[in-house]
Amino acid sequence: MLQLSDYLTVSAILFAISIAGIVINRKNVITLLMCVELMLLAVNTNFIAFSRYLGDSAGQIFVFFILTVAAAEAAIGLAILVVLYRNKKTIDIEKLDSLKG
Amino acid sequence: MGLEHIIFYAFSALLIIAALAVVTLKHSVKAVLSLVVCFFAAAAIWMMLEAEFLSVSLILVYVGAVMVLFLFVVMMLDVDYAAIKQGFTSYLPIGIVAVLAFFGAMYLLIHSGIFNAQNVPVPAPHPADYSNIKELGSIMYTQYFYPFELAAIILLVAIIAAISLAFRGTKHRKIQKVAEQVKTRKSDRLRIVKMDAEVEPKPVVESKSENEVEEK
Repeated sequence: MLQLSDYLTVSAILFAISIAGIVINRKNVITLLMCVELMLLAVNTNFIAFSRYLGDSAGQIFVFFILTVAAAEAAIGLAILVVLYRNKKTIDIEKLDSLKG
Repeated sequence: MGLEHIIFYAFSALLIIAALAVVTLKHSVKAVLSLVVCFFAAAAIWMMLEAEFLSVSLILVYVGAVMVLFLFVVMMLDVDYAAIKQGFTSYLPIGIVAVLAFFGAMYLLIHSGIFNAQNVPVPAPHPADYSNIKELGSIMYTQYFYPFELAAIILLVAIIAAISLAFRGTKHRKIQKVAEQVKTRKSDRLRIVKMDAEVEPKPVVESKSENEVEEK
């Protein structure tokens, strides 16, 4: 039978890949948004695995709410991205330095 | 190693390969499509964890709605992929170090014995007539009803925010301009027109008698 640690390992690998994606990709905002989605997927997998192995359905309810918030986040993030591209004609993060931070 | 292991390792490998493709591919459309593959593989893994409702809703909501939105936006933006290709490897060492540090820590934690079969035993599979949707619904509409309504409000806020951010047409809003209302003078609004007094019309006698004749 599959252990809980198997699922946790897969989700840790997924989370590590998405961290790498955020560190590596400094050019494209869309890839960053997709890496955030991947992170949420890894976290949700953890929640569901714990919910199954501890016999508590509250974890699945929490995943439901995470999915809702992630959908709202993706919609608003992409709308901001469209407005950004309309004003700046680029989505390169290194060129978005008008705040001089 | 049974069938369960084979399915799990196949979908996990698919998930990880697709995630690597999302991170490394420079063409955004291909990255979005490999993210779709990621969601499908994750839905299969969730199905193995007997979370059927969430597994199906991941495909319906994410692949059906969110990823289509991603594809729309990616295809709308005119991204210069040649410029994106440069400077990819400059952050690669930092990325590899971050990944190794994170995954090393997580691996040590996961395999430290807290999550082994003695502490967290494998649960028995649910009976054939078990309904995941019924169980989730019975909790969600009683114990978690207030968060459920908050989630609805979050979605409403997301709709309004996305439309008001990306809307570009003319805005027909009926708003008060208080400064102009205060600045206005009597001469702006009121025009006095001088007219002659009205003359009382003569009484019409002939036409009335003609009408009477016709009626007779």
